[in-house]
Amino acid sequence: MHPTGLKRTPLFDAHRRANARLTDFGGWEMPLHYGSQIEEHHRVRRDAGVFDVSHMLAIDVSGGEARAFLGRLLANDVARLGLPGKALYSCMLNEDGGVLDDLIVYWRGQDRFRMVVNAGTVDKDLAWIERQRDRFAPGVVLEPRRDLAVLAVQGPQARERVWQVRPALRAGSETLAAFQAREEGEVFVARTGYTGEDGFELMVPAGGAEALWSDLLDAGVAPCGLGARDTLRLEAGMNLYGQDMDESTTPLEAGLGWTVAMAGARDFIGRAALAQRAPRWNLQGLVLRERGVLRSHQPVRSARGPGEITSGTFSPTLGQSIALARLPLAATAGEMVEVQVRDRWLPAQVVNYPFVRRGKSLLPG
Amino acid sequence: MSVPADLKYADSHEWARLEADGTVSVGITDHAQDRLGDLVFVEAPKLGQTVAKGKECGVVESVKAAADLYAPISGEVVAVNEALSGSPEKVNQDAYAAWMFRVRPSDPAELNALLDAAAYEKVVASEEH
Repeated sequence: MHPTGLKRTPLFDAHRRANARLTDFGGWEMPLHYGSQIEEHHRVRRDAGVFDVSHMLAIDVSGGEARAFLGRLLANDVARLGLPGKALYSCMLNEDGGVLDDLIVYWRGQDRFRMVVNAGTVDKDLAWIERQRDRFAPGVVLEPRRDLAVLAVQGPQARERVWQVRPALRAGSETLAAFQAREEGEVFVARTGYTGEDGFELMVPAGGAEALWSDLLDAGVAPCGLGARDTLRLEAGMNLYGQDMDESTTPLEAGLGWTVAMAGARDFIGRAALAQRAPRWNLQGLVLRERGVLRSHQPVRSARGPGEITSGTFSPTLGQSIALARLPLAATAGEMVEVQVRDRWLPAQVVNYPFVRRGKSLLPG
Repeated sequence: MSVPADLKYADSHEWARLEADGTVSVGITDHAQDRLGDLVFVEAPKLGQTVAKGKECGVVESVKAAADLYAPISGEVVAVNEALSGSPEKVNQDAYAAWMFRVRPSDPAELNALLDAAAYEKVVASEEH
């Protein structure tokens, strides 16, 4: 904590030196951009960029009951983690089926797991997880890893650049499939990300973060802030917690039905509520068909009924505005709706998302 | 942050420059573009439209936010910078070269009532602490 009242990552001084424009993100003083967020966006789509995401928290979960505990805690099924190093995206639900957080859980072999949770929800998450642990699996050990820094290196050239500056990582990480991780000494290398591009997320001891960051920048990797992170994830059709879903929303209402493993009788927290609670809306993609910018909370109207934008932005890759929106269940791709942008109702089209994957538009036509 | 001494300013962060032909060019200040971040579109008033000092006359939108454009001076719009519609980033690159529209003032004295560079710098400083 600093006089600003905001927390800082081990890379804070490096951001200052790179002329970052800083912003308050979930209580953390984080880079918004380093000059131009659109430029940073393009660098990730076309080459390679690096994001400091050390505000997110890794929580190590271990002990003989760890797998059974996570099977109870998470809506996706850790039984799907069949190989050590495999990663799984999941929601963590409350008893009402509302989304407490979304996270990635890695299996580190034997009875060891690592979860990575959002920065803004850390305190709530830890309290919840500890309470469930005490109830269901008192032998499970939880270790919040604030001693780690997390760097996301993303883009078509991202892996090459990582190997260029850390040759020792190549042999172990070259064969990693998407959503797989390996530990090389003190470095946790995961082929995951939040941009729709190839790349790695690297977890390293905080003391080594600045050297890795500088070496990547020296190798031509662009420092990228949370501004570009948001436009990249939205193009890639990835939800943002607190915006596209929260405790008042079920995963089924947030386009995350595919992450809820209902097969079998596994009794995860929130399951009973989900079985009873009919979804009120669907999360759908929108493309604005006129000039303007869609933004969160703008009202939507359509022949199917009203809706609301949860995340909207200008897409640098597509050169037009895109959004995720809560729409009536009957709304389907191809239909037109209207969105209130300032004082006008502008036409937008319902589309399937993701909008962009691996640098290419997925929009029809 | 650049605040050229030869321009006039509105506290709503527009700049105004008297041209040799008596028209007044209008844009947004360097401070305004810096606060907005990357601009993605500029909706200036239309050619021939009459604008009134202190009244909304357009919109600038960045990736981050939308902001109203206010006319710093009353009159008729006699030119619109069409180059900005395809390249709004020109405003980020050089806010004082990227004029948005030109007005033939109905009351040229209004220009004198605008802020000078020193007064505008105080407005910026008061917003930043």
